[in-house]
Amino acid sequence: MSRGFSPETRERLERDAKEIIGRYPKPRSALLPLLHLVQAEEGYVSDRGEEFCAEMLGLTKAEVVGVSTFYTMYKRKPVGEYHVGVCINTLCAVMGGDQIWDELSEHAGVGHDESTPDGKVSLERIECNAACDFAPVMMVNWEFFDNQNPASAKQLVDDLRAGKQVTPTRGPKRLCTFKEASRVLAGFPDDLAGDGPAAGAPSLEGLRIAKENGWTAPAKEDSE
Amino acid sequence: MTTLTPVLTRNWDQPDSFTLRGYGDYAAARKALGMDPDAVIQAVKDSGLRGRGGAGFPTGLKWGFIPQNDGKPHYLVVNADESEPGTCKDIPLMMANPHALVEGIVITSYAIRAAHAFIYVRGEVLHVVRRLRAAVREAYDAGLLGTDVLGSGFDLELTVHTGAGAYICGEETALLDSLEGYRGQPRLKPPFPAVAGLYACPTVINNVESVASVPSIVANGPSWFSSMGTEKSKGFGIFSLSGHVTRPGQFEAPLGITLRELLDMAGGVRAGHRLKFWTPGGSSTPIFTEEHLDVPLDFESVGAKGSLLGTRALQIFDETTCVVRSVLRWTEFYAHESCGKCTPCREGTYWLKHVLKRLEKGEGTEEDLTTITDIADNIVGRAFCALGDGAAAPIHSSIKHFRDEYLKHFEVGGCPFDRAASTVWENA
Repeated sequence: MSRGFSPETRERLERDAKEIIGRYPKPRSALLPLLHLVQAEEGYVSDRGEEFCAEMLGLTKAEVVGVSTFYTMYKRKPVGEYHVGVCINTLCAVMGGDQIWDELSEHAGVGHDESTPDGKVSLERIECNAACDFAPVMMVNWEFFDNQNPASAKQLVDDLRAGKQVTPTRGPKRLCTFKEASRVLAGFPDDLAGDGPAAGAPSLEGLRIAKENGWTAPAKEDSE
Repeated sequence: MTTLTPVLTRNWDQPDSFTLRGYGDYAAARKALGMDPDAVIQAVKDSGLRGRGGAGFPTGLKWGFIPQNDGKPHYLVVNADESEPGTCKDIPLMMANPHALVEGIVITSYAIRAAHAFIYVRGEVLHVVRRLRAAVREAYDAGLLGTDVLGSGFDLELTVHTGAGAYICGEETALLDSLEGYRGQPRLKPPFPAVAGLYACPTVINNVESVASVPSIVANGPSWFSSMGTEKSKGFGIFSLSGHVTRPGQFEAPLGITLRELLDMAGGVRAGHRLKFWTPGGSSTPIFTEEHLDVPLDFESVGAKGSLLGTRALQIFDETTCVVRSVLRWTEFYAHESCGKCTPCREGTYWLKHVLKRLEKGEGTEEDLTTITDIADNIVGRAFCALGDGAAAPIHSSIKHFRDEYLKHFEVGGCPFDRAASTVWENA
């Protein structure tokens, strides 16, 4: 494997890195976004990606590796173009996440942290993703795919592998790739914020009931 | 009967609720910027708002701990790392109503004299990150952030910072280490963040919902807020119902509402089943059972019954659910997420996981229950942060309420439950 990025890539990454570093009072705070940035370039955090971060921040490579290996989202080897997570924390697992995982893993022929041979899809057993009222939950490139079942999960992965367009439940119409997602996480918007609903149906359940019954918060203080 | 009080959730059904136009003109921030910063702190103290991230510390009091005229920069850090199993309120809040948070940040930063604020949002929620960044950009463009906010002379920079998958970063001092570019590991307290927080400067760390509640307090007055809730747990909060419920979802209600009332609104436990156990505030809060249906969900009442209000993450499990399997899965989570700094938590969660696996397979003995109780006892109070205590909560409470179910596993030589019966599609 060649050492370092090509001069053109390096120049582009340096420009992005300097912009990120400029957002913080102290440069080292930029390390997590910089790791997202190099992950956006290569689909995982490589040796040269870590070296780049170290150089940008005046750290040793060991200091960078100490950080990158601590956080689950930084991948040690390339993941699929579409990184598929199945929530297996208690609530989702009980509601069917365990069965989804078992069937999906067998269907795709890959296990936890493994990719399909075509490099299209990788699978991960993920922890609670803060969408418990949409259980069982799956994520693809960290977009929400709510209320899944084994059949929908398998269809989703088949569609991803066939290059068909799939749409997250609460997210943009077009699902972006893992690299594109990593770039958004590094702090470079893709202008898709306006896509998708403001909220999913369960998020609105209480509001719906309040409106039906005419319930509101009290009126504001008279003196105010 | 307690009724719902939508404030933060009020506009979520509007298609443009996440835009500045859909949100409003930051009237509360305009009002606050015309007040003395100390008066803003006093208003939040008077409201009785307590932290919505789990611990319930009085928000205004926390702000008041920031030393003034100390010549150091002050920072506001919003904890948007929502990762506690069962907790799912801040993520929909930031997706549907990010400007409530940004406006709260303007007001809070002004009150504590911070010129730079951060939103530390977990990385695994891409669309929420987009919505936050878009809201922040809109606020800059409208002069609500940046230099001379609304012509008041107050300057404020706001940086959205994405985490990278570590539950521990929801612990406030681990979050600070992570934000400084290190492994997210908790710090010893004292010094508390109010004295030595981000970059060793005075720092307020508040939960998303706490900060987002501030504009309503400034706009409507502290006594408006304190007219809701109970004696010591004032105001409204978002209650998240999930699991074996007919219509799960988010319910914004005064603190002190009961699970029975919330379940009635949500159509009850799913048809043909009955409540077995539930968490009042996420997996780190000791489990409750049917006998706790009428406990007012406020800090004091839940505490008096041996659990914690936590994040009001009400995970509902019916009689088809195996307690041992559930506790094992939570324990695997804590073992995975333990940062490794403190030996009792790092080693304890590892051994808890292995003994529980044996128990679930029906290969344990009654002595194993003593063992896991001992291990849990040796974690509680012996780790830097609350993750360790949280890991012990499901162990202690499940043995207390469901000891027989543990015993049953090795009587029958396996799990006596049919997993398929618990799934969403079982009734379909």
